[in-house]
Amino acid sequence: MISLEELRVRPIREGTVIDHIKAGKALKVLKILGVGEDHENIVSIVMNVPSKKMGKKDIIKLESVFLDKETLNKIALISPKATINIIKDFKVVEKYVVEPPSIIIGIVRCQNPRCITNSEREHVTPKFTLVSKEPIAIRCHYCSRIMAGEEIEKNII
Amino acid sequence: MTSLKGRDIISIRDLSKEEIELILSEADKMLPIAEGRETSEILRGKILATLFFEPSTRTRLSFETAMLRLGGGVIGFSTTEGTSVMKGESLSDTIKVVEGYADVIVIRHPYEGSAKLAAEVSAKPVINGGDGAGQHPTQTLLDLYTMKREAGGIDDKIIVLLGDLKYGRTVHSLSYALALFNTEIRLVSPPSLKMPEEIIRDLKELGAKVKEYTSLKEAIRGADILYVTRIQKERFPDPTEYIKVAGSYRIDLTILRDVKESLIIMHPLPRVDEIAPDVDKTKHAKYFIQSFYGVPVRMAILKLILVG
Repeated sequence: MISLEELRVRPIREGTVIDHIKAGKALKVLKILGVGEDHENIVSIVMNVPSKKMGKKDIIKLESVFLDKETLNKIALISPKATINIIKDFKVVEKYVVEPPSIIIGIVRCQNPRCITNSEREHVTPKFTLVSKEPIAIRCHYCSRIMAGEEIEKNII
Repeated sequence: MTSLKGRDIISIRDLSKEEIELILSEADKMLPIAEGRETSEILRGKILATLFFEPSTRTRLSFETAMLRLGGGVIGFSTTEGTSVMKGESLSDTIKVVEGYADVIVIRHPYEGSAKLAAEVSAKPVINGGDGAGQHPTQTLLDLYTMKREAGGIDDKIIVLLGDLKYGRTVHSLSYALALFNTEIRLVSPPSLKMPEEIIRDLKELGAKVKEYTSLKEAIRGADILYVTRIQKERFPDPTEYIKVAGSYRIDLTILRDVKESLIIMHPLPRVDEIAPDVDKTKHAKYFIQSFYGVPVRMAILKLILVG
């Protein structure tokens, strides 16, 4: 008899499991990864799972998908403790905690309304440099405005 | 060797102390030409484009004067009225077109980060003439030059920064540059317009001695330089509060009774009520010569960028 718990978090044969996502942020994580309507493989999302370390957490399982480290590290912008498990043949072959990228291009919008990147005319791709990992803070390459924590999250493109 | 040939000047933070000193010593050489006592053709055949997407008479005219005094030519606009910008052209496109016409570009634009974008697009050097509430590096350079000329140097001086230290971009850029010169920076402002904590932390990390004062009288005792900025009425929801604050930080002859003989008073202008007109006649007042120094400093920048 399969327990309810097991049904909820069934192991996958191959793919990427993103664990320890800050509770409630799973959908934002998918957005950052570009996993949307046209994604063809199975995606399982579990939200608000009890966690010893975090109280509550979200988990995402992307079956048959192996994203590169650069893409996965973008998750650190909204969930710095997220862990990546690369699964092959039901086994974890690689595991790491995401690291925020030192340069962030095209993922976050500058919150300064007077920043040139927010001028409708310009079509400039927003670009930031990492100022601090913990707590997370980034600086706009153009206007130098610093954004931190929730400000970053709210401005995910 | 320090060289600025072909460089963009976007933020004072892009310049090292050596590069700042290079500009200031070049400005010394430019002084007789700026005053019209000597002539120069060193930038003959070179063209400066002044692209002013918002008006600023002083910055634009002093850049144009600087270029003309060195024998160069000037093109540009001082308002977007009648230009392709009004037809909806992007800044990037305007810059790509103008770089084909000029050897160096000065830009003033209402959006922060616009000069940085222009510099990325342009193969020709770009100088930031003020980007909204962002950076205005040539203002900082002329402020430093005024200190060098009128206070006998910058190193080891005691400088009081007075006024709106929260929103004033001038004082942020200036204080950063002052930190490179081993100065003591005294901050005086209304409580609601204090220098942001992160800037104070940065300044201390750079080696500046930073002290906050509530009493202007106490702060200016023993100081070498008093840098006054305007406190804007709009910053105060209550007009009576503004009147009270503005009054308590006003520079007049009474407050200047106990200051050092050699104290110089600076102001980026325009001033409103911050400095009483009586003060203009004292030897402390240096704000008008300060605005003149914009010419030799901008001459130095143009020369160093264009010919090295």
